[in-house]
Amino acid sequence: MMMTKIFKPLTLLLSCAVLIFSFASSASPVDTFVFKDEATKVRFQQLSKELRCPKCQNQNLADSNSPIAQDLRLIVYNMLQEGKSDSEIVDFMVYRYGDFVLYKPKVNKMTYILWYGPIGLVIIAGVVIFMMLRRRAGKIEQTEQELSAKEQSRLDDLLK
Amino acid sequence: MAKLFRFLPLVVFILLGVLLYRGLFLNPQAMPSALIGKPVPEFTLTTLADKERTVTKADLNGKIVLLNVWATWCPACKSEHPYLVDIGRNPRVALYGINYKDDRAAAQRWLRDFKDPYVFSLFDVDGDLGLDLGVFGAPETFVVDHHGIIRKRFAGPINGAVWQREFLPLISDIEAEIAQGS
Repeated sequence: MMMTKIFKPLTLLLSCAVLIFSFASSASPVDTFVFKDEATKVRFQQLSKELRCPKCQNQNLADSNSPIAQDLRLIVYNMLQEGKSDSEIVDFMVYRYGDFVLYKPKVNKMTYILWYGPIGLVIIAGVVIFMMLRRRAGKIEQTEQELSAKEQSRLDDLLK
Repeated sequence: MAKLFRFLPLVVFILLGVLLYRGLFLNPQAMPSALIGKPVPEFTLTTLADKERTVTKADLNGKIVLLNVWATWCPACKSEHPYLVDIGRNPRVALYGINYKDDRAAAQRWLRDFKDPYVFSLFDVDGDLGLDLGVFGAPETFVVDHHGIIRKRFAGPINGAVWQREFLPLISDIEAEIAQGS
């Protein structure tokens, strides 16, 4: 008896806990790089997140365990230690692997649909819903009047 | 106008259907090579057979050059090997190997055991040439034309169907260009 009572809130609590804790967990590969300063380390982490693993294409360089990702992370590290700028490193990768290596796509003619499509669809959906609601409101008024007219004639008949 | 609105979900459904149908035939893994139209990168590597012999891209002789990226740790390379032996005998192309991030002794043994189809193989132990070519795994095969420009990168093992579909048309095109003097 007691069990069934606490079952619902307990499940809810546990599901929330699982959800929240899952945000904190991530299995990333461990590199042991020593950076010349904190700023370089931050740049490395940033670049690793912005570049895609060419082999495991749904992961960025930071998350992927594949050999090519390890190689590319090493290249990024070496280029940073040599003092290359972020854009030089990105250009280096794009020259060899194409725009696809950018985890965050560039904004150009080809990617307008990708970037603005979702918000565009939401706006279109909003407009459609708005217009449908307006029409429905108009219909309800009409039927009310009709009913009134019908009821009126019934009333007259009853009263006759 | 309001009457046409009722067809909106149908229209959206049809458009989506067309889009998704097309998507069934696309390869989500396909990554077009960024090197197409660019010259073969410069390199200085030893050959696999002879660690005293250094070669550069000037040593890749042939009207149409095929660069095949292979390694002993790559199982698909084993499966494409018989087709490479055929391609190596084909007078229309010159087949060179890039032994990618491999162990020299193991690779030499591999070629001895299974036959060496290449004019020679480059020993790219660190993967530097592979990196410059945008290689992300093995096997991969590049087609280089008579001007030293990369025309195509095929990622995956070659077999009869692949050769017919992906390579032969391009090879014929390049031969036509050579004949026209371009």
